[in-house]
Parts: sequence; C-alpha cells; structure tokens
Amino acid sequence: MSTENLIEIRDVSFAYRDRPVLKGINLTAPRGKVIAIMGGSGCGKTTLLRLIGGQLRPTQGEVRVDGQVIHQLGVDALYQMRRKMGMLFQFGALFTDMTVFDNVAFQMREHTNLSEAMIHDLVLMKLQAVGLRGAQGLMPHELSGGMARRVALARAVALDPMLIMYDEPFTGLDPISLGVIGNLIRRLTDALGLTSILVTHDVHESLEIVDYVYFISNGVVEAEGTPAEIRASKLPFVHQFVYAEEDGPVPFHYPAPDYAADLGLGSDR
Amino acid sequence: MKPPKQNLISRIGHSVIDSIWIMGVATRFLMQVLWRSGTSWRRFGLIIREIYASGVLSLVIIIVSGLFVGMVLGLQGYQTLQTYGSEQALGVLVALSLVRELGPVVAALLFASRAGSAITAEIGLMKTTEQLKAMEMMAVDPIARVIAPRFWGGVISMPLLAAIFSIVGVFGGYLVGVVLIGVDEGSFWSQMQAAVDVREDVLNGVIKSVVFGFTITAIALFEGFDAMPTAEGISRATTRTVVTSSLAILALDFILTAFMFRGV
Ligand SMILES: Nc1ncnc2c1ncn2[C@@H]1O[C@H](COP(=O)(O)OP(=O)(O)O)[C@@H](O)[C@H]1O
Ligand SMILES: [Mg+2]
Repeated sequence: MSTENLIEIRDVSFAYRDRPVLKGINLTAPRGKVIAIMGGSGCGKTTLLRLIGGQLRPTQGEVRVDGQVIHQLGVDALYQMRRKMGMLFQFGALFTDMTVFDNVAFQMREHTNLSEAMIHDLVLMKLQAVGLRGAQGLMPHELSGGMARRVALARAVALDPMLIMYDEPFTGLDPISLGVIGNLIRRLTDALGLTSILVTHDVHESLEIVDYVYFISNGVVEAEGTPAEIRASKLPFVHQFVYAEEDGPVPFHYPAPDYAADLGLGSDR
Repeated sequence: MKPPKQNLISRIGHSVIDSIWIMGVATRFLMQVLWRSGTSWRRFGLIIREIYASGVLSLVIIIVSGLFVGMVLGLQGYQTLQTYGSEQALGVLVALSLVRELGPVVAALLFASRAGSAITAEIGLMKTTEQLKAMEMMAVDPIARVIAPRFWGGVISMPLLAAIFSIVGVFGGYLVGVVLIGVDEGSFWSQMQAAVDVREDVLNGVIKSVVFGFTITAIALFEGFDAMPTAEGISRATTRTVVTSSLAILALDFILTAFMFRGV
C-alpha cells in the first residue's frame, strides 16, 4: 500500500477528560518531506504526535499512517507499525542505565535476530552519521544536551523507520548545536528517504530546513504554507509568531477569572 | 477562587474512595506485571541484572545488620537464660529468633529502604524523563522489559538476603556467646541442631520472606510507575514506598505468624 501521503490526519479532535485540546485538525505529510508543526506551548503539539504514534485515541476523526487508521489497529499491528516510526523526545529520553552504544543498539536487540557483530557495525554507522562514534562508551549523563539529542536521533533511525517525529528537538540548545541538529534532520530525511514531522517553537531555524509548515492554535490549523509563504504571511497570528511578539492573537495570559475580582477588589467580601 | 469548603464527613468519604481507587489501580498493575512476565523468564539475563541491582547491592547492609542483631541477641539471650541456668540453650534462642522472625522481618525492612526506594526512584525518573514513553514508541512494552524483570529480581533476592541475614546473625550470636562469654560450644551447636525444625521453622521463614519480597517489590514498582513526573513527585513516591512497605511487612508478619502458629 503506497499512498502518496505517509500521514493523513482528517478532522481529528481530542480531549483530556473533558478538556478539549484538538478540535478538528487536518494535516498531511507527503513522503520524503519535512513537515513542521508550530504553535504556542500547550496548544497540543505533543498530543498530536502521540495520536500519530497511537499512544492516544482521537475522540473524533482519524489518523492514517501509511494508509492504515492508527486507532483501529490491534495491539500487535500497532506495535508492528511503531517499528516503522522513530520518535525524538524533547530532551532525548535516552535510557539512563545504558551506554550510548547500548541505547542505539536497543531496538536492534529487541526486534531483530542480528548477530552482535552485525549490531556493532550498524550502531557505529548510525553514530558516525551523527558524528558521535567516539562517544559510544559514554553514559547519557556524560553528554551535553546537544550530544544527547544526536544520540537520540541515531537511536530513532536505528531500524531505518519510514517516519520520524521530533518533539521540540531544539529546546535548550546553544545556537551551534541547534544548527547541527537542524541540518541533521534535513540530511537524514533526504539520505534515508524518510518523512519527518518536526514540532518546534524555533521559527527561524525550522523555516530554513522544512518543506511545509502548519500553525496550530486553539485546537485547529490556523495557517499553513511553504516557508516562503509563511515568511510573507500577513496573518496576524503568523506574524506574531514569526516576529516573536509577546501579545497578539496568542494571548500572554492563561485564561483566568477577572483580575480585580481575584484580588478581592470590588467584590462583597 | 476560594477552595470549596468541605465538611469532615465528605473529606473522609473522599479519601476512602481515593484509597480504594488506588488499590484497584495497583492491583491491575500487578496483574499486568504478572501477565507480561514471559519475556523476563525467557531472557533470564534481564532478571539476573536486577538480582544484582537489588540483591547484591543490598548485601553489605544485610550482612552488617545481621551480625549486629545476632550479637545483641547473644548478649540479651545469655543474660536471660543464665538466670535459669540454661545458657547452653543460647544457640537455640538465637537461631529460632532469627530464622522465624528477625531474619525475614529485619531483612525485609532493610530491603525496603535500600532496594525498594532505589527501584521507586529509578522507575520514577525513567517516567519523568519520558524513557518509558520512548520505549513504548519503540514498540517495546515497558511493563515487560523494565518492570517485570525488576519484580522477579526482587522476589528472588529477598529470601536469599533473609537467609544470609539469619546465617550471619547466628554467627554473631556465636561470637558473643561462645567466643566472648564462653558458653559451651558443643551444646550451642548441638542444641540448635536438635531444636530447629526444617519445615516448621526454616520453611516458614522462607515463606515469609518470599511474601515480603513480593510485597515490597510490587509496592516499589507501583509507586515509581504511578509517581507524578516531577522531582517532588519522585521524592514523595520514594517516601511512600518505604513507609507503605514497612507497614505492610509488619502487618503481614503478624498475619503469617498467626497462620503458622501451633498452639500445642
Ligand atoms: N496527560 C495529560 N492529562 C491532562 N492534560 C494534559 C495531559 N498532557 C497534556 N495535557 C494538556 O493538554 C494541553 C496540550 O498539551 P501538549 O500536547 O503537551 O502541548 P504542547 O506540546 O503543544 O506544548 C496542555 O494544556 C496540557 O496541559
Ligand atoms: Mg510538547
């Protein structure tokens, strides 16, 4: 089954208990492209990735990956599907009780019958691709933030997935590491023929490397377009985001009761 | 917003409902761990690693405590027994106290604070840093791969540690009673041999420590798995592991002893 779009999200809604987060998202990711998902903190970007990974079920709509509706898969089929996905968590989420080498080897050992000699060579190739072959013996706590992210990237591509999801891979990185990770994402996508979904706040870095951008706000796709279209956009929401203005369509304040009333001013007691 | 006022009765009601809820969740968790234990038995290396982590690393505290408890038993026991002129029975007293009660119970309390708290902190940290979610996304079941091996590692370690505690304790009693005070060595050992029954005493002690190991490890794993994913959440969960499992050990010890007790 080789559809043109690896990911198709149709009218997906999701709520944590009775708190709606996504309210009818539409989004597609064509094969071989890097798609960015942007939006304010707490707008539901991580939630969307977890819907794609099948860790959550949509309350409405459907998420298709490689032509299959994720929430209709049984446990075995879902696990089979996840072997074809890689996910890079916000701070890497490396297994802290294993060396860098063992982290990258983890899925090969769990899911394949490859010999240790074969695994050794494959792991070194993956680490070489992210420039950290020399760090194979280190423990995760010995790595800098940027190095940990690169190891996590090597681990995510360990079984040559068809899709990689990056959850805010730039958070807390210095500008150099940030550029390194950005270029790696682009290079790996092109070299391995992957599809990538990049969740990020970092507009400028990501506009350099992605093919298409979705802006999420209030649970829906507020704007979308190629990087050039986004830069030229006159939409107030996009403008606020791209030019990092504090208040605009995205409010500075978390929803709260009236300030004066909260301070006990102007009320009876 | 002012917090809604609750009367005492509704507060008590809420906390009862909450604790029943938690017990339900914990039971379901335990069932899942047991159900998905196949992987760890097939790949026994995973369990060996956890026996090392919780068992071998607890050895020092178990041995040192066992030695001291045994020596104290030797002193106290001698003092009491000599009033009745039966200090040759010192070996019996030391061995029975250790094998029946102190070995399983004290070793379990030490195990809860040494290994149980470590397990909770480790699992809690893995949850906080999204390692468990990452594993799930790699199509590896964290319950089967991370939780179950630790569970069986704890269940296997506990009786071994209790046995070591008792053995070292008997040696401590011997040091004080025979070497230091000068109780007759022959009667110390021979009376002990005659009085300690393999089924009545040793087996019952082993049963106790298996039950304790099961309880402590299950509590430690659940608290870690259920911890709020923050630094404070982990520290609270760790405390709860030690407190809850210590209370559970003492309560279970009473229940088990009551069942094993023969009033003749
Ligand atoms: N497990 C959860 N239970 C309840 N609410 C949650 C949970 N996870 C996230 N949320 C809420 O859902 C909203 C979206 O979260 P998330 O997808 O993590 O946002 P983002 O990744 O865009 O910052 C947030 O307001 C958050 O508070
Ligand atoms: Mg997020």
